[in-house]
Amino acid sequence: MAIKTDAVGKTWPPFEYEVGREKIGEYCRVMGIENPVHFDPVAARDAGFRDVVAPPMFCVVYSAGALGPAIFDPDVAMNFAAMVHGGQEFEWGEPVCSGDMITTTGRCLEIYEKDGRGFYVFESTSVNQDGEQVVRGVWTNIVRGV
Amino acid sequence: MSQFSPGDRIEELRVTPDKYVPHRYAGASGDFNPIHIDPEFAKAVGLPGSILHGLYVMGLVAKAGAVAVADGDPRALKKLSVQFRGMSFPEREIVVSGEVTESDGERVVLDVVATQGENQVIRNATAELAVPSS
Repeated sequence: MAIKTDAVGKTWPPFEYEVGREKIGEYCRVMGIENPVHFDPVAARDAGFRDVVAPPMFCVVYSAGALGPAIFDPDVAMNFAAMVHGGQEFEWGEPVCSGDMITTTGRCLEIYEKDGRGFYVFESTSVNQDGEQVVRGVWTNIVRGV
Repeated sequence: MSQFSPGDRIEELRVTPDKYVPHRYAGASGDFNPIHIDPEFAKAVGLPGSILHGLYVMGLVAKAGAVAVADGDPRALKKLSVQFRGMSFPEREIVVSGEVTESDGERVVLDVVATQGENQVIRNATAELAVPSS
């Protein structure tokens, strides 16, 4: 059976996330990231940031919510139970600081079949309250036995 | 280290996540997929036990690159792409290692792998970083 590709090009409603100092700290403590610019507003400002700054991979915290609806969308028709996260890319722009309001839009880039597996590729584009792009992500999910 | 040349190895990052890291990462990230936090569920779907989040391990790769190239400056990392290969587990050491593949004085590109024992958890990771001017 050919894989369903109707959802290629589809976008989902923007997902908004307000970045908070404590959430950045929580993420950094799990990751063992100790640079004070992630915890202390004075250290962050001394280093040229507006407030406590998020480490780059904090992007998963504010952007993943844009792709939740995509994964369960019947147009995508992805078998969630047989899905694994196969690959991930991020490209960063403006740093993200506490107090920023980040808006992320999700889009389906590609759906294709290879060696009996389905590849579902999504894009997330995140901008801050000034319209500056902070990160673009490409998320590849692989479904076995399509 | 301020000068990088192709072939240089970056400083390794070695981390042994304790048994509660998947719970704490779930809380920090919002990803509560039970394969990461419920060993009985994980076993019921054919896994040996709870597995670490792939994006947690990608976070370690990002950290290793930023520490090696820019003393942990959060502005340094410009691009990171990874392929997730093996599963990884709490309470076993993860080693992130890498090599410089390109360098022009302002920007370095690293090829990075994350391994746990014999397993490559992340491979073909390419990280592009800005080298701080100092």
